[in-house]
Amino acid sequence: MNAINLKVNGKAHAVDVDPTTPLLYVLSDDLALNGPKFGCGLGQCGACTVIAKGQAIRSCITPVKSVEGAEITTLEGLGTIEKPHPLQQAFIEEQAAQCGFCVNGVIMTAKAFLDKNPKASEEQIQQAMSSVLCRCFTHVRMLRAINRFREGRAREGLAKEGRTREAAAK
Amino acid sequence: MSKHSEVVPNSTLIDDAAAALGRAGFSRRSFLVGAGALVVSFSMKGALQTALAQGPFEGGTAGSPPLNQLDSWIAIAADGGVTAYTGKAELGQGISTAQIQLVAEELCVPFSRVKLMYCDTVQTPDQGITSGSQSHPTNFNQKNLAQAAATAREALLKLASKRLGFSADQLVAKDGVISAKIDPSKKVGYGDLVGAKKFEIKLDPNVKRKSASEWTVLGTPARRPDMPALVTGQFEFVHNVRLPGMLHGRVLRPPAVGATVVNVDESSVQALPGVVKVVVKKNFVGVVAEKPWQAIQAVNKLKVTWSAGTGLPSHADFYNYLRSQQPTRDTLLVNSTDVDEKLAQAATVVKATYYYPNQMHGSLGTSCAVADVQGDKATIYSPTQGVWPVRNSTSILLGLKPENVHVIFRRGSGCYGLNGADTVTYDAALLSQAVGKPVRVQLSRKDEMAWGENYGFAFVVDERAGLDAQGNIVAWDHESWSANLGNRPGYTTPGNVITGTLAGFSPEPFMARSPAPEPRVYTNNSNGVPSYVAGNVGGKPQGTGTVKSERSLTHNIPSPLFTAPLRSPARLQNTFAHESFMDELAARAKADPVAFRLRHLSDERLIEVVKEAAALANWEARPSPKPQNRRTGIATGRGFSCVAYEGENGWAAMVAQVEVNQDTGKVTVKRIFFSNDSGPISNPDGLRNQIEGGALQGMSRAMSEEVTWDDQRVTSVDWESYRSLPLGFDVPEIKVKLINRPDENATGAGETSITIVAAAIGNAIFDATGARIRQVPFTPQRVKAALSQTFSQA
Ligand code: FES
Ligand code: FES
Repeated sequence: MNAINLKVNGKAHAVDVDPTTPLLYVLSDDLALNGPKFGCGLGQCGACTVIAKGQAIRSCITPVKSVEGAEITTLEGLGTIEKPHPLQQAFIEEQAAQCGFCVNGVIMTAKAFLDKNPKASEEQIQQAMSSVLCRCFTHVRMLRAINRFREGRAREGLAKEGRTREAAAK
Repeated sequence: MSKHSEVVPNSTLIDDAAAALGRAGFSRRSFLVGAGALVVSFSMKGALQTALAQGPFEGGTAGSPPLNQLDSWIAIAADGGVTAYTGKAELGQGISTAQIQLVAEELCVPFSRVKLMYCDTVQTPDQGITSGSQSHPTNFNQKNLAQAAATAREALLKLASKRLGFSADQLVAKDGVISAKIDPSKKVGYGDLVGAKKFEIKLDPNVKRKSASEWTVLGTPARRPDMPALVTGQFEFVHNVRLPGMLHGRVLRPPAVGATVVNVDESSVQALPGVVKVVVKKNFVGVVAEKPWQAIQAVNKLKVTWSAGTGLPSHADFYNYLRSQQPTRDTLLVNSTDVDEKLAQAATVVKATYYYPNQMHGSLGTSCAVADVQGDKATIYSPTQGVWPVRNSTSILLGLKPENVHVIFRRGSGCYGLNGADTVTYDAALLSQAVGKPVRVQLSRKDEMAWGENYGFAFVVDERAGLDAQGNIVAWDHESWSANLGNRPGYTTPGNVITGTLAGFSPEPFMARSPAPEPRVYTNNSNGVPSYVAGNVGGKPQGTGTVKSERSLTHNIPSPLFTAPLRSPARLQNTFAHESFMDELAARAKADPVAFRLRHLSDERLIEVVKEAAALANWEARPSPKPQNRRTGIATGRGFSCVAYEGENGWAAMVAQVEVNQDTGKVTVKRIFFSNDSGPISNPDGLRNQIEGGALQGMSRAMSEEVTWDDQRVTSVDWESYRSLPLGFDVPEIKVKLINRPDENATGAGETSITIVAAAIGNAIFDATGARIRQVPFTPQRVKAALSQTFSQA
C-alpha cells in the first residue's frame, strides 16, 4: 500500500491505508480524532461531516484517496475548550446539546454553509440543515445557537464597516 | 419477576410482587416508585431482596459499595475537593449536572468543587438502571445521593465542632469551610477535617435536608460542564475509547428472523488483509480485524449458510394479529364491575380504537462498546444504562465470575431507552473473548435498526365511554393489546436482547394468564388507567379523575420482534388513546375540551397544569371542531392533552396549534404551549431542554416514525426507510411554563412532554378539519384518508 497524504486541521499526515477506506475511519481510527462521528455510514445523517476545500462533506462516504492533499477541517480544528470558535461558543451559550453526538454534524454543516452564505436567512439555514439529524431533538436550541452566531457575525461585520467608514471620513 | 414496571405494557409485576412488597411493609407510594425500581434499585433493595427472596436481584448488589454507607457516595480529598459517586448515568439528559448541583448544595461547596463519578462497577454503588424517569426521584429525595451529601455535611459539622470547640449549631458551613458564627476567624476546611480519610458512618435516614428556600446552587440554571468538550470535539464517547492493541469487530446478523447458522466458511475471508479471526457462537457470527474498514469488508465477504427464517406476521395486518392472538397475559388495573350496566343506561355510548406502531430508539450514533477479555477477567467500556446488571449478565454470557467483570460506563449516543447498548456490549465481549485482546465494535446502521435494538411497543387500544344527557362521562372502559419479547437483560437474562439470544440464551418466558385476576393493589400501570377515572381499588379512590364506573384491562402477547422500554413506554401509547378519546367525548358532548377535562379531574396538580397550559396558549373556550372550517387548502386548529405521568410521577399539559394542508394531508405544527410540574426544579434550563427535546421527539414519533417489516425481516433499516424529522423541518415555536413545587418530592421529568404530544396534535387536526386520526404516525396519506372519510360521512 502506498501512503496517502492528508492535511487535517493544518497538520500533514501520511497514512498507510486501503485507498477506498472512507475518510471517517481514517480520521477516527488512524488520526484518533473524536469530532467526526459514525452515525449511519450512508450519507443520511451528517454526524461525520468535515469541511474539505470549504465544502461540508460526509466523510463516511468519501474515499480517503479522493481528498488527498485537500485542506480538511474537523470540529477540533475550529476552536478549543479554552478558546472555542464563535459558533462553538454560541452552542455553549445556548446549552444547545443533549447527548451531543450530533453536534459535530450540526456545527460543521452550519459553518460551511454560513461561510459561503453569510447573509443567509433563518429559512435558508433551516434548508441547509434539512438532512442533518439530531435524535435528542435539541433542534430549537441548535437553530438558536446558529442564529446567534450569524447575528453576532453580522453585528461584527457592521461594526467593521462602520469603522471603515469612520476611517474613510477622517 | 425480572420485569419491572417501566417495561411492562401489562405489568406482571404488579400482582405478583404486590404481596411480597406488602409483606416487606412498603407503602403504596414507595411501591409505585419501587415498582419502577425493582431493577432500578435504591436503598430499599436489600429489603426487596429479602421480600422477593429469589430472582434477578440476587447478586445484583454483590460487590457493590453498600448503599447505606456514606463512603459509597462521598469522598473528600485532602485539598477539600469533593468526589461524589452515583449509579445514575449521564445519557445526555443533564442528570450529571443536576447531581453535581445537589451535592454542592447539600455539602455547601461551590459547583466547581464537585467531581461526579458515575457508573463503574469498581467504584460506584449499584443503582440498577438509569431509566424510567427514576433518577430524579431516586437521588433527589430523602435517600441515596441526597441523603449522603446531607449526612456528610452533618458529619463534617460534628468533626468541626470537636476541632473548634463550638457546638454544631454555632457553626456554619460555606464554600467547603466551617466557621464559628460569632467568630469567623475560627474556621477549618473540609480537607483538614477529613483529609482523604473515610467517614466510616452510615447514611442518616433522618438527616435534615436543606430546604429549597436556602438553595443557592440547586434550582439555578447551572451550565453543563460537558458542553465545551462536546462542541469542540474533545469529548470522549465510548466510540472514542482506544486501548493499546485494540482490534475491531464486526457482526454478521442473520438474513431473516429466526434463521440459524448452517455453515460458516472461514476460508472465504482468511486471505483478506487484517482479518484476525472469524467468531461463531451458535447463531452469533462476527469477524475481528485489525482495522474497522477491514472488519467491515470481511463481514461483507464472509460466506455463511443460514437456514430459512421462521417468518413474520403481516405488517399491514399487525393490529388484527395483536388482538387475535391466544393465549394472552391479562391484567385488570381497575374494575368497578358495573361498567357494562352503566354503559347500557348511558344516553350516548362512544367507541373508538387507536393504533400505535413499534418505533425505534434510533440513536443517532450506532451502538458501540469496547471489551477486553483476557483469560478469566474482563474489562468492558459500555454505554449501558445499567453497569451492574450488565456486569452480571455479561458474566453469564462469557462464563466468568461476576466479580471478575469490570464494567465502566462511557457515554454513547443518546439512547431514550434500551437501544443497542447492551447488545453491542455482548458483541464486543464475545469477540474479545474469542481473541483474548481488546475489541471495539460499532454496529452498522442496518444492524442497529434491524438487529441491534429492542423496539418500543405496538399497541391497539379500544376505548368506550358513556355520556349522560348532560354530557357527563358516566363510565369508561379501556382495553389494550400489546406484544413484547425480551426486555432489559437485568442481572440474569442475556437472552433478552438479540446478541444474547443469538449466542444461545433465551429471552424471559411468556407466561399466559387469562382471565385476569381482580386488582388488589391500585396501580396506574403505565397510564393504563385513564386520568379521568376514580381508580377505586380496595374501596379507596386513588386515581386522578371522577368517573366511578371504570374498567381497564390489558392483554399482552408474545411479540415477533424484540421489544423493551422506549421513552415513555406504554405511557405514551395509552395516553395517545386516552387523550384522543377524551377529545372525542368532549366533541360529542359539544363541550370545550379544556373545560370538559377539568370537569372530570380530581387531582389538583393535574388540574393546575391543565389551567396553566390553557392560559399560556390563550386558549379560546369552544367545542371542537372549529366552526366554519374550510374543506380545501390550509385549515388551522388547536388541540389539548395532559397527563399525570404514571399517575403521580410528573404532571404535564400542552396545547398544539397546527396547520393542515387539506389538499396534501401535510400537517405543520406551528406552536406548542407546555406546562410542567415535576416537583422542585433542580435545574430550570436542564428541565426546559428535556421538555423541548421530548416535545419534538414526540412530534417526530407522532408524524413519521414506524418500524416496518416484510414476511421475513425488518425493512426500516436506515434514515430513508425510518423517517426522523431533521433539523431543517419547520420547527414549531415552543413556550414552556415550569411550575416549581419546592416543598414536594422530586418526580420524573424526562418523559412528561413526549407522552402527550401525539394526542395534542391529533386533537388539533380534528379541531382544524373535523377529521379524526386514530393511527400513529400521522403521515400525509393517513391524514388525507381521514379527511376524505370525514367528508364522505358529512
Ligand atoms: S455518518 Fe455520515 S452521514 Fe451519517
Ligand atoms: S444531542 Fe443527541 S443526537 Fe443531537
